Amino acid sequence: MRNLKLFFLTLLISTTLSAQNGYNIGDVATDFRLENIDGNFISLSDFSEAKGFILIFTCNTCPYAVAYEDRIEALNKKYAPMGYPVIAIMPNNTTIKPGDSLEAMKKRAIEKGFTFPYLIDREQSIFPQYGATKTPHVYILQKSNDKNIIRYIGAIDDNYKSASKVKIKYVENAVEELLNGMQVHLTKTKAIGCSIKI
Amino acid sequence: MKSFIYFILTLHILSCSPNQNKLEVYDFQGVKKFLHQKDNKTYVVNFWATWCAPCIKELPYFEQIQEKYKKDVEVILISLDFPSQYETKLIPFLEKKQLKSKVIVLDDVDMNSWIPKIDSNWDGAIPVTLIYNSKNRQFYPQSFTYDELTIEVEKFLN
Repeated sequence: MRNLKLFFLTLLISTTLSAQNGYNIGDVATDFRLENIDGNFISLSDFSEAKGFILIFTCNTCPYAVAYEDRIEALNKKYAPMGYPVIAIMPNNTTIKPGDSLEAMKKRAIEKGFTFPYLIDREQSIFPQYGATKTPHVYILQKSNDKNIIRYIGAIDDNYKSASKVKIKYVENAVEELLNGMQVHLTKTKAIGCSIKI
Repeated sequence: MKSFIYFILTLHILSCSPNQNKLEVYDFQGVKKFLHQKDNKTYVVNFWATWCAPCIKELPYFEQIQEKYKKDVEVILISLDFPSQYETKLIPFLEKKQLKSKVIVLDDVDMNSWIPKIDSNWDGAIPVTLIYNSKNRQFYPQSFTYDELTIEVEKFLN
């Protein structure tokens, strides 16, 4: 009887854990091959010079994602030359969100002058491996022996409303720490976002 | 002449965004009291926004719950709409829907500080719902059907 209880307890714990799967800090991130808005397919392994990546699950249609568009572009401008390019991945089901179709993504990228790859997770197979649940949702990866290690998960900064009123730039701080050979001290943050549409 | 100026002034004040007064807007400190009420009621607290399609889809179920259990349950709908869209989206939405449930608005940019205080398992995606009473408390990071919501609410009533 006691064994049975233990069995169910274990089952409960394991199902609870699997409900929150996805990467944690220190995990090795999967590579992918996803279509960019220019029709080319992009993988992390294409960036042989990169020291790591600012991987951002984002989209056209979420107001929080829109509020951060200029800041995402600024991150790429600042950190791509330093070895940490932005890679944006649009994770939504485009049947539910036609405004996030590849065509719409391309249009938005041109309007906003995005200089980073804006990829579509068409099969919706990559975002669940990362454990992304919303847009925008940032993962900072650090390259180490050809593996990409998760160093930060969360928000871009602490004020979606106004870039000028930001007090803590979570992503910038983390990238700066990595560039300086330091450990990221704030590895996880939370922010409201739009649930990824499946 | 003086009274005429007063008249114009009063008219002006009355016409200045009268809608704004209809919203109860709080920062997290202000919202806290709605998350910890200690009486005999069961509180069903839903975080939503007009821009969140799955939230809008389940909103009628919360309205039905409020109507069905109006003696024992209080539904509180906490909007996370952007302040810049109060006038253009939120207020027109509320006027159109004439919701019976209580609606309040949470405006607090420091999300990393307050999200974990609502529930440590909440990663920030909406919709989410919190059901609590003086005895129990449960957080639901999910969407609901009407039946699912009824089952959960009834657990608190029995």
